[in-house]
Amino acid sequence: MDWQEDGTLLTIRPHGEGAAIVQLLTRARGLQSGLVRGGSSRKLAPLFQPGARMQATWRARLEEHLGTFTLDPVKSRMADVMQDGDALAALSAITSILAFALPERQPFPALHDGSELLLDMLGTSELWPFAYLRWEQAVLEHTGYGLDLSQCAVTGQTEHLIYVSPRTGRAVSAEGAGAWADRLLPLPPCLTGQPPADRAELLEALRTTGHFLHHHLAAAQGSKPLPAARDRLVARLSRETRATNE
Amino acid sequence: MDPRGSDDIQNLIAMMAKLPGLGPRSARRAVLKLIKRRDLLLLPLADALQAVATTARECQRCGNIGTADLCDICTDPARATGELCVVEDVSDLWAMERAGGFKGRYHVLGGTLSALDAVGPEELRIPELAQRVSDEGITEVILALNATVDGLTTAHYIVDALENSGAQLTSLAQGVPVGGELDYLDDGTITAALRARKALQ
Repeated sequence: MDWQEDGTLLTIRPHGEGAAIVQLLTRARGLQSGLVRGGSSRKLAPLFQPGARMQATWRARLEEHLGTFTLDPVKSRMADVMQDGDALAALSAITSILAFALPERQPFPALHDGSELLLDMLGTSELWPFAYLRWEQAVLEHTGYGLDLSQCAVTGQTEHLIYVSPRTGRAVSAEGAGAWADRLLPLPPCLTGQPPADRAELLEALRTTGHFLHHHLAAAQGSKPLPAARDRLVARLSRETRATNE
Repeated sequence: MDPRGSDDIQNLIAMMAKLPGLGPRSARRAVLKLIKRRDLLLLPLADALQAVATTARECQRCGNIGTADLCDICTDPARATGELCVVEDVSDLWAMERAGGFKGRYHVLGGTLSALDAVGPEELRIPELAQRVSDEGITEVILALNATVDGLTTAHYIVDALENSGAQLTSLAQGVPVGGELDYLDDGTITAALRARKALQ
């Protein structure tokens, strides 16, 4: 059996002398792995970098086999991000989180489209940090750990929501928090879709999404920790705030 | 009896087959050649392997492979130019030396940051790099890392780590290779080359 579809390269691992095992995110088939003969050769390795868009043909005798890929590069994203350390860190975080969080061969068309948009913004638009935050929320939603920020989990009110419960991911109002306020996560306005006022607000929101990525999504994967690329991205984004405060 | 020789020979073939570029078939051919040329190849090779196994070690300063605690590059006073070239692996250091264009000293990281393989800064020789920059009065650190996502992520990390060191931080240029034809280059390389264009004198 075989199929043909465009996909975004997430990971590549050398296999044997010159082959590589590649993971692609496609729209209709989700995360799909396959062997690429000559994939770690000197000729092909430079083209097979995380984030690159590929036209893929997958072939296998049976559907449950690993199968082999024939890949043709459609778009490389390296040139856009290679000089921008923050964008490069984001590209690493996006591709590694997708490979970490998504189950194989299960389509997530909306998350695929959102990831493509975000990857296209890296290095070309200054709005990508906010788009990245919204993307992390989308990853949590599609993997079953979405935040419910519509109303207070305690009082039911829909205004003055300033906290998120670290256990349930539901919003909590100032009134509903009571004595538990110091144990709750922040709910800055940018988590509800408003562009952040500054970098500090964005980092506050990333602290909240980071909690659910680390303690819910990664915890459900067993002993595997969340890829360190995500923490490195947040550390890079924090530098700017630290420099301003100093 | 195995028609392909004794256990010792089979063991040698199996060991040779583990080397890069060799499979079981080419390892068999190599071993046969060695045995047929015992005096010319096999015995000198055995001596050379024994000598390297006894003396080869990692340079304590730069991470290069040599036969003493400090490698020839680190002990050569003519190479104390104030320039330090950071490479991922010993093979990259040797590639730079083959080119012959760099006359300073090196620092081998031993890998790159990798999201996939969970390699973090603590697994690389980055603290030693910062220490060397400070101790040896380094004026320029040249980041000669691979132009891959992991290589460039590591380069940006090092730039952050050495931000306050006072040394100038540079990286190798990216673009059209010597003898390269545009028609055969991927779009990423062409875009990078275009962005790094420079005026002709």
